[in-house]
Amino acid sequence: MITPYFVIIPLAAAFLIPLVSKRKTGPAVLLSLASTFALVVLSGYAFFGRSGETLVYRMSGWKLPVGINLVQDAFSSFMLVMVSLIALTSLVFSPRYIDRLGGDAKYYSLFMVLVAGMNGVVVTGDLFNLFVFMEIAILAALALVAYGGRAHEFEAAFKYAVMASVSASLILIGIAVAYSATSSLGLATISRGLERQSPILVLWVGGLFMAGFGLKTAAMPFHAWLPDAHSSAPAPISAMLSGVLIKALGVYVLIRFFYNVLGAPPLFLQIFLVLGAVSIILGVLLAIGQWDIKRLLAYHSISQIGYILLAMGLDTTLGMIGAVYHMLNHAVFKSLLFYNAGALETALGTRDLREMGNVSKLLPVTSGTSLIASLSISGVPPFNGFFSKLVIIIAAVQAGQPLFAFVAVVGSLLTLASFLKVQKFGLRGGRPVERLIGEVDGGMKTAMILLAALCLVTSLLIVPGIRETTIDPVVKVIMEKTGHAQIVLEK
Amino acid sequence: MTLYVLCFALFLVGLYGILTKRDLVKIILSSGIMGYACNMMLVLFGYRREASYPILEKGREAAAMVDPLPQAMVLTAIVIELGIISLLAALAVRLFQKYRTYDITKIRRLSG
Repeated sequence: MITPYFVIIPLAAAFLIPLVSKRKTGPAVLLSLASTFALVVLSGYAFFGRSGETLVYRMSGWKLPVGINLVQDAFSSFMLVMVSLIALTSLVFSPRYIDRLGGDAKYYSLFMVLVAGMNGVVVTGDLFNLFVFMEIAILAALALVAYGGRAHEFEAAFKYAVMASVSASLILIGIAVAYSATSSLGLATISRGLERQSPILVLWVGGLFMAGFGLKTAAMPFHAWLPDAHSSAPAPISAMLSGVLIKALGVYVLIRFFYNVLGAPPLFLQIFLVLGAVSIILGVLLAIGQWDIKRLLAYHSISQIGYILLAMGLDTTLGMIGAVYHMLNHAVFKSLLFYNAGALETALGTRDLREMGNVSKLLPVTSGTSLIASLSISGVPPFNGFFSKLVIIIAAVQAGQPLFAFVAVVGSLLTLASFLKVQKFGLRGGRPVERLIGEVDGGMKTAMILLAALCLVTSLLIVPGIRETTIDPVVKVIMEKTGHAQIVLEK
Repeated sequence: MTLYVLCFALFLVGLYGILTKRDLVKIILSSGIMGYACNMMLVLFGYRREASYPILEKGREAAAMVDPLPQAMVLTAIVIELGIISLLAALAVRLFQKYRTYDITKIRRLSG
């Protein structure tokens, strides 16, 4: 059984790192790279080799409803591939950047705890276990946001921590209500139990989880913490937070809970639609006004999460293809954009777009990859963002929601506008830059080139032959809705 | 029913504190209060009238005991909360060192 290793490997690495590296960070970098590479291989095998299967691992051999089980299906494997890939590139990007911050081995240790928490959330099949893994990931993320040790980083981390404690309380009450209604904590058994309960109870549980995980997802009314936290963190961590953390802890859990446990109740899908549409428009409008490049990117995360929520709310197979596909694409291009921002910050010593200038000669790799990422996020063919947004818009029209399709189109145009601003002022501006204060090293370049290539490669996933082996099994798991519980219980 | 309402009131007290207080320490305390309300709610859900402590001994029946699982969950939740609160306190101390104040209206480098 491979499932528990997705938690064991990063957790073991996290505890070994402080032992092997006292002063130097070399062994820590190697160990963390090795373990994330192992995770990439393992999750790739799980996704491509055993796709379509549902693996259930019972801890200590106890069966449901007594024991805790880990469930790995195509959707979990898909998320694991995403988390491991972004974690690997983030670690490749990290060493030089973290050295500049006066970094030590603790960074790598916390990083691995973060990965362990996210993987745990993704593979667990038990509600309370999910809560615990979520808190593990959040605690590591909080420490990493404050890692730079400057005043505004502490401030952002404090805001994030208060938000995390509010959302944890809401989720805990949600768990308590679900437990009191069904006397069990396994997602599958809760799903079976709630079918027999009154719809009011489903509303309670759904409402509490919507608020709790909505805070984690940073959909529009719950977004206030995200721009601070994601822009204050070190660049590789911003990439992890924006790229995968809000998806693993937010969107993944929302999809899993509202589709596979509650069976997609129409009221909540309607809420997803509205939240998504509001996030798309307001997120991008707030982003256009920003001059700090990382804050601008952070506001774009809200807007892009809006696309995923909108597609989730459509309740059609095509819409879900769009949601899942856009989730992967957003992870790739948003991480790349944050690496670009980190490289610019290293090279120029500023994050303000107005103080940047024409760097396309001095930093060819950074400006080239940032052009690719900007085109991807704005939805320009042939990059991945175009295809996923197209799928979402077509799905919205087919589902009889032309208004939401229109919102998605407008959001995409505004995104293009704000990234034209980034390119015009930040990278290809009129003001010439004579010299750089820092060097963009090989690791940073490798990470950026790797993700820029992925921006093109992932656009192939929509080609029919490839889609059937990659995205379709994932969507099949989600659209089984509560039938998924049956499969888990029979294992 | 009264107990549930009181629990909910405690939760609202915590939420009110987080939303309105300006002092970092008071915000931390409010988040703690909110956590206590959740934990009490969880224990209340496992409570059964006239039931005894949940330890299985000779000659005792499981049917007449309160539900022990929420208590186990509360223990875990308390430990997690300890982690979050100590992190919050550490951040508050570092913020004080930087700004020489606990007032959040004066700690406003980030905005918008």
